[in-house]
Amino acid sequence: MRGRKIKCVVWDLDETVWRGILSEGDDVKLRPKVPDIMRGLDERGILQSVCSKNDFDQAWSKLDEMGLSYLFIYPQISWNPKSMGVKEIAKLINIAQDAIAFVDDQEFELAEVGGECPNVMCINSADLDGFLEMDEMNPRFITEDSTRRRLLYQDDIKRGKIEDSFVGTKDEFLRTLDMKLTISLAVEGDLKRAEELTVRTHQLNSTGDVYSYEQLRELIGSQTYEVLIVQLDDKYGTYGKIGLALIEKDGIRWELKLLLMSCRVISRGVGGVILSYLVNKAISNGAELFARFVPSDRNRIMYISYKFGGFREDGKKGDCIILKADTSKLRVLPDYIAIEEG
Amino acid sequence: MGNYIKIDTISDDDNFFEKGLVNSLFAMQLVSFIEKEFGIVIDNDELDIENFQSINAVTNFIGNKLALK
Repeated sequence: MRGRKIKCVVWDLDETVWRGILSEGDDVKLRPKVPDIMRGLDERGILQSVCSKNDFDQAWSKLDEMGLSYLFIYPQISWNPKSMGVKEIAKLINIAQDAIAFVDDQEFELAEVGGECPNVMCINSADLDGFLEMDEMNPRFITEDSTRRRLLYQDDIKRGKIEDSFVGTKDEFLRTLDMKLTISLAVEGDLKRAEELTVRTHQLNSTGDVYSYEQLRELIGSQTYEVLIVQLDDKYGTYGKIGLALIEKDGIRWELKLLLMSCRVISRGVGGVILSYLVNKAISNGAELFARFVPSDRNRIMYISYKFGGFREDGKKGDCIILKADTSKLRVLPDYIAIEEG
Repeated sequence: MGNYIKIDTISDDDNFFEKGLVNSLFAMQLVSFIEKEFGIVIDNDELDIENFQSINAVTNFIGNKLALK
């Protein structure tokens, strides 16, 4: 797959991370190159997990002892087929399998994962030279959000645990979070993250159009475009810059060229709130709001957000559906989320 | 649905969305649930909030779809 970028590296343990077989009682030794690779990936915002056939407690305490356990999210350590673990990691992180690399020393395991998950990038761990130099492991930009990505996910995992143990409905849970959405005009410092969002986001993405840093820089300087960047915070901390909206204003005809949000906030109801905010803004400026939507196999949720947010299909241009907002009445914004204009 | 909304506080005609009770993830999950559970495919032009906004609306919508099957 050309141009693919890996979002998560899944490591085998025995004979990959360390030399020896833990469950056979070997005194296993960390492979010297591994920690540098792991830290290197972590610094560029590539997530990491573990998929190993071992006893969970024994393997995890070994990773702890080696000072590496903090690097991994959703570790899958069990005697199940590794493809199950890899699929579970993709599901839990909520990313596509083609954004995962699986690293193992055994051809059998690589073939099993490759057979069950043909889109996963399988890497033999025999030779780890040049691992960090692979194109797939090099995001075009490293942003503030990418350097703290693992922490953002670890915070989300904590929130998820609190949510799971919460007695009550989702709606009641959302109310306990004290969420704050900050919607600002993007400035130059936001553009790397904005480009990163257009490249990384598939599910909550209205058109799939990718905008480069240079294109976005032109747009923020233009009179006819408004580039909005959205940050979400709650009482547990920040989710980072999680959303992007691109509006072209032609007099009172406003067109939402692109709307996207990080899949980490999919359960927070943010998409609908941003749409309502934009509709209300159009209404108060006496403008009509249109939106472009290009269906993909993953972004149906965006279509539903538009339709349920009071948009109707107004026409088609090739693959692109043009939606038009009902601007006859202001949208009521939910009271569980505060909106600030930055 | 009880995971999302307090079932005992909602009547069959209450509009989930106007009450601010749910979000687009709920909407997506509701749509997927109905498609799987009843073995139907919901077309784009049927993805209209009026078909999904209350318990009665959903019941009527599914009834009509199944009758056409």
